[in-house]
Amino acid sequence: MGVTAPAEGAAAIELMAARFPDALVESGSFRGQHWAVIVPSRWSDVAQWLRDDPRTDYDVLLDVTAVHWPHRDPPMEIVAHLHSHSRNDRLRLKARVGDRGPIASLTPLWRSADWNERETFDMFGIVFDGHPDLRRILMPEDYTDFPLRKELPLFRG
Amino acid sequence: MPVQIEPSTDRADTLTINMGPSHPATHGVLRVILELDGETVVACDPVVGYLHRGMEKIAENRTYLQFIPYTDRMDYLSPLAANVGFALAVEGLLGIEVPPRCQSLRVICCELSRIGAHLVWLGTSALDLGAATMFFHTFKDREWHYDLIEDLTGARLTTSYTRVGGVVHDATADWLKRLHDFVRAMPGRIDDYEGLLTKNTIWLKRTQGVGKLSAADALSFGVTGPVLRASGVAYDVRRARPYCGYENYEFEVPVGTEGDVYDRYLVRIEEMRQSVRILDQVLRTIPDGPVNVDDPKIFLPPKTRVLTSMEELIHQFMIVTEGFECPPGEIYVATEVPKGELGFYIVSEGGKAPYRCRIRSSAFNNLASLSHQVRGELVADVVACIGSLDPVMGEVDR
Repeated sequence: MGVTAPAEGAAAIELMAARFPDALVESGSFRGQHWAVIVPSRWSDVAQWLRDDPRTDYDVLLDVTAVHWPHRDPPMEIVAHLHSHSRNDRLRLKARVGDRGPIASLTPLWRSADWNERETFDMFGIVFDGHPDLRRILMPEDYTDFPLRKELPLFRG
Repeated sequence: MPVQIEPSTDRADTLTINMGPSHPATHGVLRVILELDGETVVACDPVVGYLHRGMEKIAENRTYLQFIPYTDRMDYLSPLAANVGFALAVEGLLGIEVPPRCQSLRVICCELSRIGAHLVWLGTSALDLGAATMFFHTFKDREWHYDLIEDLTGARLTTSYTRVGGVVHDATADWLKRLHDFVRAMPGRIDDYEGLLTKNTIWLKRTQGVGKLSAADALSFGVTGPVLRASGVAYDVRRARPYCGYENYEFEVPVGTEGDVYDRYLVRIEEMRQSVRILDQVLRTIPDGPVNVDDPKIFLPPKTRVLTSMEELIHQFMIVTEGFECPPGEIYVATEVPKGELGFYIVSEGGKAPYRCRIRSSAFNNLASLSHQVRGELVADVVACIGSLDPVMGEVDR
């Protein structure tokens, strides 16, 4: 296909399953891209290990976002994309949390988490514990809704 | 956007000033709140969102094909690059690959927009620092690049040139010849630009050692593109995870050593040369053949067939009014746009629209490093730093 290396993130998930057997909830893949769901309470431990262990070496947090699944319990899925320059590998890390979170902020590990978590808060209302400056970033400060939540319609008549 | 201008430190002797959102040197509607000690920046808070249009929400309510025009309006200096990125993401979800001629045309699109976007950056960031001449030179050549884009796509900005599974129409032999003229002329033009700036004492004094970003900081901030490479990290999506056949072209990934404004200048100048080099190779190797996938369920039939055949008319009608289905799944596809790594993370539940379409903006993440860069610099250098980050607010805010 050209856009994805085969089995992206697979090796890291195997290592993670051995290192954190109790933290790994589920894993899967689509078109060669592998993802893992982590217990929310271990979110930052696992992320730190993925960053620091030389076998995984994910030195970049490319993106943090969320997906709202209103009919699932819990309804919010946090999605982080990690990238390793040394191994040219990527991993999609997820955690399922309640309506407003909370989940540990990754800002102590990567500074890219700062604006991306602010945006996730702004769009979904998810609270990131330990974020140094959790306020809206794209929407006006006096805005009260969270636009990317599914119950909010595209147009309001 | 009612953001209070409040001092971020407790010091009584600092001055808090507002810059933007409508300011000639913020390259769009960027607002920066600066706290100054004399002329030195103590704290900086960039305020973004003035151009937020809710594209990720819109994407959930449009078919895949209907979202392509929105990608034009992200980085409005290089719409073709975003067109290609989104098409690749949906094709990744579908598991299809476009024919070789289409891949070559898409490489032309990406590199032509890189040159165009870098010309705007060069002209405006030099203008910000007082080098007005530069602007006239680069905008003259940018018009040439726009003439080419207009003749290829029918529009300067609202190109919407890609489709899922191909491009709207083929490039003519005459157009490719005119692109060749552009490719032949550009190296000399880039020499001219460099003659004005690269060894210009004023330019060196305004850019060297300003806005330094170490490699470790750049990685931590998730910075990508020329800004990351100027800090010495040789990461380029085209090289690390090639798409559209980039692995078949010879090109270098220029890197800097200092990570300052001057190195970002040098890296982008060299990138234009490398883009010209890639375009030259594409023109010599572009194969004949179809420019879209042969799948009537995904790709619109040719107009002549729509007007003469019932079956094609129905296909056209169904794709335009209903869209096509993507399988359930999720994919993250990244491309190297002029600003860095543009990623589309699409979650599909099946159906004709994305369940979630996350746009990982290169300019947004690059701009997040601004406060770190300007702390301790002079207020006049803030302008140099913003220019060197090359933020396009259409992509920052989405």
